[in-house]
Amino acid sequence: MDDLYREIIIERYKEPLFRGVLEPHDISFEDENPLCGDHIRIDLRVDENSRVVEAAFSGHGCAISQASADLLLESIIGKTLDEVKQLNKQDVLDLLGIELGPVRLKCALLPLKVVKAGVYGLGEASDSLVEE
Amino acid sequence: MNTTITERLDVIQIREDFPILKREVAPGVPLVYLDSTATSQKPLAVIRAMSEYYERSNANIHRGVHTLAEEATAQYEAAREKIAGFIGARKSREIIFVRNTTEAINLVTFSWGRKFLQRGDRVLLTEMEHHSNLVPWQILAQEKELLLDFVPVTQAGLLDLQEFERLLSHKPKIVAMTQMSNVLGTINPIKEMTRLAHQAGAVVVVDGAQSVPHLPVNVQDLDVDFLAFSAHKMLGPTGIGVLFGKEELLESMPPFLGGGDMIKKVHLRRFSPNDLPHKFEAGTPAIAEAIGFGAAIDYLNRIGMERVAAHEHDLISYALEALNEIEGLTLYGPSADQKGAVASFTMRGVHPHDVSQILDSQGIAVRAGHHCAMPLHEKFGLPATTRASFYLYNTRQEVDQLVRGLAKVKKIFG
Repeated sequence: MDDLYREIIIERYKEPLFRGVLEPHDISFEDENPLCGDHIRIDLRVDENSRVVEAAFSGHGCAISQASADLLLESIIGKTLDEVKQLNKQDVLDLLGIELGPVRLKCALLPLKVVKAGVYGLGEASDSLVEE
Repeated sequence: MNTTITERLDVIQIREDFPILKREVAPGVPLVYLDSTATSQKPLAVIRAMSEYYERSNANIHRGVHTLAEEATAQYEAAREKIAGFIGARKSREIIFVRNTTEAINLVTFSWGRKFLQRGDRVLLTEMEHHSNLVPWQILAQEKELLLDFVPVTQAGLLDLQEFERLLSHKPKIVAMTQMSNVLGTINPIKEMTRLAHQAGAVVVVDGAQSVPHLPVNVQDLDVDFLAFSAHKMLGPTGIGVLFGKEELLESMPPFLGGGDMIKKVHLRRFSPNDLPHKFEAGTPAIAEAIGFGAAIDYLNRIGMERVAAHEHDLISYALEALNEIEGLTLYGPSADQKGAVASFTMRGVHPHDVSQILDSQGIAVRAGHHCAMPLHEKFGLPATTRASFYLYNTRQEVDQLVRGLAKVKKIFG
């Protein structure tokens, strides 16, 4: 457990670097975890080469989901949308540096789900986006 | 409670009856189970009753004439009798076995609601309902174009009874409400509300999922028309619950599910339904679970519901006092005198998920989320809360452990 609340997670939860909204944006998507009501919106700006240049998240959630959003956005800046589409569950776990049980995994993966649904331009986010 | 001085529960002795309470969640970390509102733990007597049934008497009920079928039928029907006695029903045929509270309420909306409600009729609910007493009515309202009204919840976590009376003047056909909120713990004055609802000509459906396990409940005294509850929240197994209904109402209702056992006669193009309670019990029921439920009733009867309620009142009074001392912690719901043993709270700056995760690392099991009552959380402007709930096997020491656990939460989130 003490691993679960690693310093980086508490730090990013309390003082996120990418909290906010981008208006205008090129991509925006939001979704929630129906089990706990965590809600995340993510906005992206991309350049002419489809590279992510700016990113922000808003909404509410637990330390795991908020830190996951913050670390994920940091990691995709400079990536092309095609590269973002390749991201999977393990990439998020590597960013967080923790192991998670099935319930908290949903918290950790919500931001990636939202980002990918936005990047793919989907009507709704599906769990299949973040399975390996 | 009341005028009789109830003997205190021997909680140490009671805990001996629950094997799971002896386990550790990690080496050296004993379980502190504070999630009985979600589901209760089971005493050995219940577990044994079910395995003995499977080891000795397993057979399908009501049809066979062999010894095992006779035994199985007798045990299944004996469970029904016990439950009827437990809630003070006049007859055991008023006890319908279903899967759980949710299914019981769906039975009412599908069968009674479809037959007796018409376009433009009003249904009166409350803002503190669990989704199980909300969504079935929404589905029915959509299908039949009904109007839904809601008794508001005050900031203190109580139903606004003045508003209730005003809404009754719109002559709802049905009033459906919980006896005890699974989030706030609020115990609603069901007897008085039922009297008023009947005066206004409404049928009364009560969600007893939280009240029947924790309080003495007598359907004749309350005069409710329907009462729904689940075994698993009252020491029994999952997969079985009860719909109590007044006989004349149940008689007037069409079957819910069609199939075996619910019929008297079947022809290729028509059938005639069976008598109560079988009319509503299509297909092979949860036989072992019903028997386990019966054993749970025996267990609770042996202890006495007055004593269970008194013990829980002591625990929640103690817990609310201790939790109130914690800086940055906000409790929701009324004071201990108006509620059951449920404490829902938030901690400033910490999401309820994280609170429960850190408590779990200390062996303390609580629930985080909206507890299947999203509209109620919306009302209080909360995405989620952490909920600690207590039952007859919990102790003041466990409350102390919770308080220490929350101190650790504060330390981690600094």
